[in-house]
Amino acid sequence: MDEKFANEMAGETLAVIETRNLTYTYPGATKPSIEDVSITIERGEFVILTGPSGCGKTTLCRCFNGLIPHFYGGKLEGDVVVADLKVVEHSIYELARHVGLVFQNPENQLFALSVEKDVAFGLENLAVPRDEMRKRVDWALQITGIEELSERSPHELSGGQQQRVAIACVLAMQPDVMVLDEPTSFLDPAGAQKIFEVINELNKNLGITIILVEHRLDLASKYANHVIVMDEGKVVLDGEPRRVFDSERARLIGVGVPKATRLYQILRESGVHLGKVPVTSEEASILLREALKHD
Amino acid sequence: MIKVRDVYFTYPNGIEALRGISLTIHDGEFIAIMGQNGAGKTTLVKHFNGLLKPTRGEVVVDGVSTREVSVAKLARKVGFVFQNPDHQLFCETVEDEVAFALRNFGFAESAIKRRVTWALNLLGVAQYRQTSPFMLSGGERKRVALASVLAWNPKVVILDEPTIGQDHQQKEKLRHFIVQLNAQKKTVIVVTHDVEFVAECNPRVVLMTGGKIVADGGAEEILTNPKLVAQASIVPPQITQIFLGLSDLGLPTNVIDVHEARKILLDLMEVAS
Amino acid sequence: MSVFEGFRFRRVSSVIHRLDPRVKFFYVCVLFVMAVMFSELLPLILLFFVPLPFVLVAGVQREWLRSLRGALFLAVIIFLSNFLFTYFYKQYPRAPSASLLEYSFAMTLRFIVLVGSFSIFFLTTSPDHLGLALEQSHVPYEFCFAFTTAVRFVPVLAEEAQTIMDAQKARGLELERGNFIKRVRNYIPILIPLIVGAIRRSLELAEAMESRAWGASEKRTNLYVLKLRRADYSLALGSVLMLIFAICVRLFLPVPSLTMLVHA
Repeated sequence: MDEKFANEMAGETLAVIETRNLTYTYPGATKPSIEDVSITIERGEFVILTGPSGCGKTTLCRCFNGLIPHFYGGKLEGDVVVADLKVVEHSIYELARHVGLVFQNPENQLFALSVEKDVAFGLENLAVPRDEMRKRVDWALQITGIEELSERSPHELSGGQQQRVAIACVLAMQPDVMVLDEPTSFLDPAGAQKIFEVINELNKNLGITIILVEHRLDLASKYANHVIVMDEGKVVLDGEPRRVFDSERARLIGVGVPKATRLYQILRESGVHLGKVPVTSEEASILLREALKHD
Repeated sequence: MIKVRDVYFTYPNGIEALRGISLTIHDGEFIAIMGQNGAGKTTLVKHFNGLLKPTRGEVVVDGVSTREVSVAKLARKVGFVFQNPDHQLFCETVEDEVAFALRNFGFAESAIKRRVTWALNLLGVAQYRQTSPFMLSGGERKRVALASVLAWNPKVVILDEPTIGQDHQQKEKLRHFIVQLNAQKKTVIVVTHDVEFVAECNPRVVLMTGGKIVADGGAEEILTNPKLVAQASIVPPQITQIFLGLSDLGLPTNVIDVHEARKILLDLMEVAS
Repeated sequence: MSVFEGFRFRRVSSVIHRLDPRVKFFYVCVLFVMAVMFSELLPLILLFFVPLPFVLVAGVQREWLRSLRGALFLAVIIFLSNFLFTYFYKQYPRAPSASLLEYSFAMTLRFIVLVGSFSIFFLTTSPDHLGLALEQSHVPYEFCFAFTTAVRFVPVLAEEAQTIMDAQKARGLELERGNFIKRVRNYIPILIPLIVGAIRRSLELAEAMESRAWGASEKRTNLYVLKLRRADYSLALGSVLMLIFAICVRLFLPVPSLTMLVHA
């Protein structure tokens, strides 16, 4: 906390995304989709954004890269600042250099006839010279582990492979932040696992800030260090994953907390305290082993 | 009753999706067909209403081979709810949408009105009767699609990947709904790769991989078997993983339910103290 | 589904496939011009055989013949209309002359030559190659993008159409039954979801495009570049020579008709 304060005093902020009283109403809608959202996301964080369907998570994501308000129109109140740029004042293509957005449906993000042409698309738009482009495309393909797919047509690929291509497309533009809106919806658990591992590598090895919108908390929560829960357009929980998953509010809203956490909670109700809140099966096994030994 | 006798199926593009499937599904069963994407699950269930006919082997529904009957006739008994409701919705109102199949099957108009009302109430979308289905949210469209299938009261209901994109509460509601359907003596077949969902439902599980059935039995015995699970490239439920991690302490390894887990652990702790 | 097989990128690669599409297009245009220059049967027969070596080297004989077979119906109509109109206008009530027959065949053959030359262009040029050629020919990028994206999504839409048909058949829709009007009406439950789906899809595509800096620069760069090589220059030169030769023949040589040769 003190370090952050000191940095702010020095004119340097660690926040890569900051919103203040953000409220947005789609054109023609009677009430706002998100209301009074004030959150701070620091550089290098791995954030999970979750909440029941229709809570406003997707709307919030689109505020981060300028699709709202520039693509969708509507009424935007409050502030949203990404990488020190006020979203309202910069076009989507300017913001695209700093924020990348990966969508739910892999098929509808790939429009070229070969994988590497798709990965190059963003760079071509940014008029990056060919040599630099070639280097970045190869680099992005290598990090996402899909080099051997570079000349394939997107239609031939599995859903999981297509999503990795979509991630490579965004990665090639070297953004500070990557927002992923339910990227594993159409994938089976094995495919989802691979995607989370790729995203985690981007976060831990390349320092890219990750905002992941997800329902499948049992698979994704082990990577996060910051969880934001929304309900009916408002942010209701914001903080450290264990605290958020353990909270009564989360259960009431109907967030699908990991089963490991659930087990911890119902054991606590029966008087058994495990000490720490587990979010993965490994953590739960270790805590239970301790508890059983002591008996 | 659905009998699958040594069925092989190859798609026109040459991919062999089913390699010798044999299976019997009795009336009133609740069965989950599981496996990773590409294992052949959807291909298999498309044989139950005749959308696909086996390249080799036979599928018999209530004593009649699917090769001898039209899809429309089989659909009367076997309802299929597709994964994406937007592949079905096309009418101007929700009412027309739900009535569509009833009209195709030749129900009387009075019966159609009754059944539409019943189906809309059942799925909680009666207030949208005169609304255009395209104006509804994703979850509401799914319910309209489900209502349009249940309206004609099929004996068998097949749900293809119903949990995709659903949040926790929606999955809970779905689970309760399936239990309700099953209680009404309907045969319910769910195609899914969602292990946690199946763990909560605890149905009969048919596990597929590479076009073959590798296991057929209770959810408890199959989802907790590390070898089978690895073969089918699925991940066991978290509760099972926890207990597998403690197997050296002598704990049972076939636990899939969180409440059962608590009971076992509490009993163990009480014994020790 | 087999109609769409042709859109799938076949990884068969021959010298012809690797030629620059712009040069191939120039060659096809030259053939077009030559076919229009001559109304006589003999030169048109020659023209028909000119692309044959290309077809064989590219290995697309079967597909090429299939495309010609597709044009057969129209060819018959062209033959009959030419023959009948000219006969009734000029020769009736005398018996039809051999030169009339020859002329009608020539017109039909001209049509077939045109179809054949364009067909070989599309059979030996992959869509992405074509898109790249369009880009480098300074066609506005929006059109090139629309073209390649459309080709990219054809197999996707075809699959979606099949899924929609399955979903509606599973609700008792019978596509084969009923009279003509009923059958056309039965396609509404297929078309509407398809069209609505296409609109939804284009919205998602637009979001993805914007998110990847669409419109950021006036002049886009390109990952690939088409370079003209020796084979391209050879084909271009050959086409120019062919054209000059044809012009000379047209201007200075009287082209004999088959009828005359046969009678002589």
